[in-house]
Amino acid sequence: MALEALFFYAFAAAAVVASLLVIGQRNPMHSVMLLIASFAALAALYVLLDAPFVAVIQIIIYTGAILVLFLFVVMLLNAPQEDVPEDAGRRIRVHGPRRLGAVLAGVLALELVWAVWAAFGPRGAPAFAQGERVTEAVSSVRRIGQVLFTDYAFAFEVTSLLIIVAMIGAVILAKRRSDAGSG
Amino acid sequence: MTITVFVQFGLALFVFVMLLLAAAAMVYAERKLAAAFQQRRGPNRVGPMGLLQPFADVIKLMFKEQLRPGGADRALFVAAPIISAACAFAAFAVVPFGGSTTFFGLLPEPIALHVADVNVAILVVFAIASMSVYGIVLAGWASNSKYSLLGALRSASQMISYEISYGLSLAAVLVLAGSLSVRGIVDAQAGYWWGIVPRWFVLLQPLGFLIYMTAGVAETNRAPFDFPEAEQELVAGYHTEYSSTAFMMFFLAEYINMVTVSAIATSLFLGGWHGPFLPESLGWIWFLLKVSVLVFLYIWIRWTLPRYRYDQLMHFGWKVLLPAAVVNLIATAAMVVYLGA
Repeated sequence: MALEALFFYAFAAAAVVASLLVIGQRNPMHSVMLLIASFAALAALYVLLDAPFVAVIQIIIYTGAILVLFLFVVMLLNAPQEDVPEDAGRRIRVHGPRRLGAVLAGVLALELVWAVWAAFGPRGAPAFAQGERVTEAVSSVRRIGQVLFTDYAFAFEVTSLLIIVAMIGAVILAKRRSDAGSG
Repeated sequence: MTITVFVQFGLALFVFVMLLLAAAAMVYAERKLAAAFQQRRGPNRVGPMGLLQPFADVIKLMFKEQLRPGGADRALFVAAPIISAACAFAAFAVVPFGGSTTFFGLLPEPIALHVADVNVAILVVFAIASMSVYGIVLAGWASNSKYSLLGALRSASQMISYEISYGLSLAAVLVLAGSLSVRGIVDAQAGYWWGIVPRWFVLLQPLGFLIYMTAGVAETNRAPFDFPEAEQELVAGYHTEYSSTAFMMFFLAEYINMVTVSAIATSLFLGGWHGPFLPESLGWIWFLLKVSVLVFLYIWIRWTLPRYRYDQLMHFGWKVLLPAAVVNLIATAAMVVYLGA
């Protein structure tokens, strides 16, 4: 069990450090690569939680599909360095988002404290019992499929509809621009 | 228990070394067969019948100068070949290459021949295949060269397009076997129909097998789908700027990927290590034979068919292969439900 804990801390540290480094990079390509490292470490944590299916899906969807898209966008937009604006309007433009970011970070921190309190506080025990049952269900692919296509069939179909709408929208937007460009 | 752990480590090391040797053997086979197809002799100077040629090549490559183009991204330029080679090796980990054996009585208890038996093995293969795009894209981008970048973009769009057909043809086999573990799928193909016909899935899934092999050729960027390296247009594609060991790693990754695609095809469609005449402990001989036949097919195709045009490749991938894979999956699922198997 000590080995498992060692692995947990190693991968957890890798995930946290990689995520922190993502926002510290000047080169967006490096940010994307660090994000991949962070996701890979998360997948390793899922494996340690005895949920190999979730780990593999995490790799296929996030690392294999979504981040390839990120990479393409960064590569094709050809933005190797972050622009540093130097004009006078910079102060206003930077300070507004900063305040908003600070407020959001505060809300997130509060939420985190609340979640940890709910799990480890005096009334945290039932949450853990529930967690164990969920793990058991997660480990079986067959179970996930059954639940997905019966209990959550509506949510599943609505999600796929949403994705199709987004896809058609993207195609139409891209097509309109290319038509305007050629005509 | 400790013995089992040691044996597992030994097995992993064994697979690693065997993959290296397989890549060397494939380089030799490729050059010899290409020569035969073109009525030449091929390598015949180093060692008997030129057998040591691949090792001579490796030594030559290792002593070459490591170049890095100006303006290249240092970290990613170094990382790209490592990612490529690591993905190539990792994918083979979930492929079982034999039944249980005691290594001719050397071990106290029989051990199953595979590095890892994950219960979502097929998805692991798919995940690693999708990761290997990064090695190529990063190589192209980090080289700071237009040939590399164009080669990488082509390669990435090709791999992403064909990955879908690849995944769908795998899914049809999963439905048929009712298992996500490669070992489970191989075991589902044991035995015979009417006493003589082996229960291989290729007989139930002829279309699936064709789709898998076509998509597999495209996934490994081999001729006739080798656009990333179309010499006339792009010099050498994504690895134009690489030399020495870094180049060797891309080369290694390409050949190991071919072995892996063949090994998975063997396990999923050709019954893995099951075959007549040999006891189960010698099943790895069948496995080797079947993989060799598929690898030969790869080389044969490369030296026979001319390269497609890029738009033809995309047209074929999206408008022919993908619909065929979808129809195949739906038909398989319907048959499985209908027959209640």
